[in-house]
Amino acid sequence: MNFVQNIPALSILLLMFCGIVCLVLPARWARHLADCAIALVCAASVVLWVAFLRGQEVFTYSMGEIGAPFGNELRAGMLEAAAATLFSAVTLLSILGGRAHLRADIGKKKVNLYYISVLFLLCSMLALVYTNDLFTAYVFVEINTITACGIVMSKEDGYTLAASMRYFIMSLIGSGLFLIAVSILYALTGHLLMSNIQEEVAALYASGQYRAPLQVSIALMGVGLSLKSALWPFSSWLPDAHSSASASSSAMLSGLVLKSFIFLLVKVFYRVVGVTIIPTHAILDLLLVFGILGMIMGSVNALFERDIKRMLAYSSIGQIGYIFCGIGLGTIAGVAAAMVQIAVHACTKAMLFCAAGGLMDASGGSKKFKDLEGAGRRDTYAGVAFIVGTLSMIGIPFFGGFITKLSLVTAAVEVGGWRNTLSILAIIVSTILTAIYYINVLAIIFRGAETGPTTAREKLREQWKKQMRLDTEYELAIVLFILLNLAIGLQSDRLMDVIRTGLAMFG
Amino acid sequence: MNKEKRDRIYAILCTILTIVFIGIMLFMATGLPHLGLATNPDINEVPEFYVEEGPEETGALNAVTAMILHYRAFDTLGESCVLFVAAISVFILLRIDGEASNETVVAIDRRYEPVNDPILSKTFLILVPAVFMFGIYITMNGHLSPGGGFSGGAILAAGFLLYLNAYGLENTERFLTSKLYRRVTALALCFYAAAKGYTFYMGANGLESFESAGIPGRILSAGLILPLNICVAIVVSMTIYSMYIMIRKGGFNK
Amino acid sequence: MTYFFADLPEYAAMILFGIGLSILMLAKNLVKKIIGLNIMDTSVFLFLAAKGYVEGTVAPIVTAEELGRIDSALYSNPVPAGLVLTGIVVSVSVTAVLLSLVVRLNEEFHTLDIDEIIHILRKRDREDL
Repeated sequence: MNFVQNIPALSILLLMFCGIVCLVLPARWARHLADCAIALVCAASVVLWVAFLRGQEVFTYSMGEIGAPFGNELRAGMLEAAAATLFSAVTLLSILGGRAHLRADIGKKKVNLYYISVLFLLCSMLALVYTNDLFTAYVFVEINTITACGIVMSKEDGYTLAASMRYFIMSLIGSGLFLIAVSILYALTGHLLMSNIQEEVAALYASGQYRAPLQVSIALMGVGLSLKSALWPFSSWLPDAHSSASASSSAMLSGLVLKSFIFLLVKVFYRVVGVTIIPTHAILDLLLVFGILGMIMGSVNALFERDIKRMLAYSSIGQIGYIFCGIGLGTIAGVAAAMVQIAVHACTKAMLFCAAGGLMDASGGSKKFKDLEGAGRRDTYAGVAFIVGTLSMIGIPFFGGFITKLSLVTAAVEVGGWRNTLSILAIIVSTILTAIYYINVLAIIFRGAETGPTTAREKLREQWKKQMRLDTEYELAIVLFILLNLAIGLQSDRLMDVIRTGLAMFG
Repeated sequence: MNKEKRDRIYAILCTILTIVFIGIMLFMATGLPHLGLATNPDINEVPEFYVEEGPEETGALNAVTAMILHYRAFDTLGESCVLFVAAISVFILLRIDGEASNETVVAIDRRYEPVNDPILSKTFLILVPAVFMFGIYITMNGHLSPGGGFSGGAILAAGFLLYLNAYGLENTERFLTSKLYRRVTALALCFYAAAKGYTFYMGANGLESFESAGIPGRILSAGLILPLNICVAIVVSMTIYSMYIMIRKGGFNK
Repeated sequence: MTYFFADLPEYAAMILFGIGLSILMLAKNLVKKIIGLNIMDTSVFLFLAAKGYVEGTVAPIVTAEELGRIDSALYSNPVPAGLVLTGIVVSVSVTAVLLSLVVRLNEEFHTLDIDEIIHILRKRDREDL
């Protein structure tokens, strides 16, 4: 057995282990340990990815001596390795980019707790990416929910507390639906491992037995996970939670947490239910329609928002709509488009949230548009990041957003009927709306005064002498984010290749 | 007025939605496999393997324990982490930081607690040791009889809470301070993660691991299951105790 | 119809799940919402526990004398028991976090009504502008 095959299990366990050790370490060491662990996991995931590019076959990793169908299993292919790389890289950059805010927002004695939450959050996301077992998925979904709420509420003001309450309740409805769906599937098939369930489900479909419970449980799983990933009508909690949290929390929540549930949903559809059965299920139409509505409603709401972080959060709802639109098309091309969108949006939105943190710093800590005038010139890094993000979100060629829209349209053209017309129309409308509100923001942050009110960061400068390092970390993170976005835009062909091969390994 | 109307409509919509939902679920339930039949799809090779091979392979007579701590140990590791993470979230929310905390904590403690109540303290003097013994018994016999780390840990936590309520925080902190809590929890979870990491690695790579089943039926048997049960019990009892103390008092004194 | 009474736990679980869900959506009081959540989770445990039992069998704990000639048909299914155990622990942890969130919200806003809390926040927002 090749050593790289240990990487998935070891990275999950490493993050868990470091998270636990952080409890007894002093705050500074906890911070360094968290950074190092995440960087290490990112590097290991890259190694795994390279191994797949060099011809490593897809493999299952049994957690213990005995694998399927008796024990837990992990399963890794190209797509999983790429997703793990993406998740750990974006987490690392988000922490770096929002470090100054973390210092200001989190009580000095609670720094450890924040980094524990971040480590467990990443751990749970990797587990969701790699797991081949539905019940393990449920356990890690709960870890994900609790830690995600933890990093929201660690700011501890009235807004974040109320927002995380709503977020928590919505999430728990989602996980309740997921749990009962898993139980029903277990009652029908007698297995918990995805590949075993798939065999049984195929047999049940062929024989026509238990048709109603099977359909209902697939639908419940779809609804539960889309609740947690903020599909439009269930997304009322998202703007509050994402806008009130600290900058790096917002970046992680908007960029990654929602995506990890979508990744699990794709896994459920294509690995548990099966590629031949799922296109006949009505849940896909439901997801498509709500995805399309989300694309438009998210953009419309963002259009009228006068608060930069809330605007970004509404924009996330719109972008999540694109992902569900791709999944709802029910073809492999559609899922590939959804995967590209996951990668692009994770990088872009995390960058925009970090940059929004920088803009707020340059404007006396206010999120309101009227205070942000000229902020892009006061903080050039954030200004450039916003230009790149805008170009990518609108879908200008050579930027990431272009390739998602292109692949989504191509996927939509292939399927006929009302799905085709509706999704292409929605893409056009939502692109126009996106262009309007992002260009509006650009206009605001680049006009007006070059000098602003005393910045939050200047106040910090007086308090901490290590200010230079904080600034460098922030600037480094923004520059790396910009490079990541440009790389995705310029190397889009390779990205598409990776996703296609990954999906071929998937089922 | 307008808001009331909107609330009304929302309530009616929700009610209709739930009734439809319950209807669908009931309809679905009629199509499920009937309960209690040995021919059901969930009675397949998996439970058969757990019951027939489990005792000899792991040394645990209790098939449920063998399953959760050996075959599906990754789930259970995740489950312990859920507890840990929940405790962390409770700390983030409720721990009082800063200088003034000590006085407020003591004040709250006085207000809600019947300190040195003779009836309470005499009763609990008899009750607490019995509860502790019972908790330890259940934990240690997890692989032989019903029980295990989770249930044993919950009983131990009940013992701690009884002691705390009878004798007050000050007396409890003579042996259970926040430092001890953190060290013990971290140590137990670390041991758990490390031990399981070792068996996962060894198992998946096809290497021989040192754990042996021992003689089934003895207390000291079943390889890693007994130490893991003890770790789980420590984590569970400490987590429940610390959650209680956070919700009641906002932190440890020491 | 012959199976109606045997299947009652399944129906009860489904109805309880719906009730819990409706409380979670409809109740304004946060503590009631948490109770609804617990009802919902418990219904799933009821469902799983009922699924694990096979008529005429005992709990899956063998005796030392039986080793070597165990007949799995005599014992009920251990898997749902393990799942219920995990589910209970998860549900307890989530309830603890929610309750402490409620404590904090009550300290901050002096109410347990989620609508009122949102109302207070809106008012604060308007004062900021």
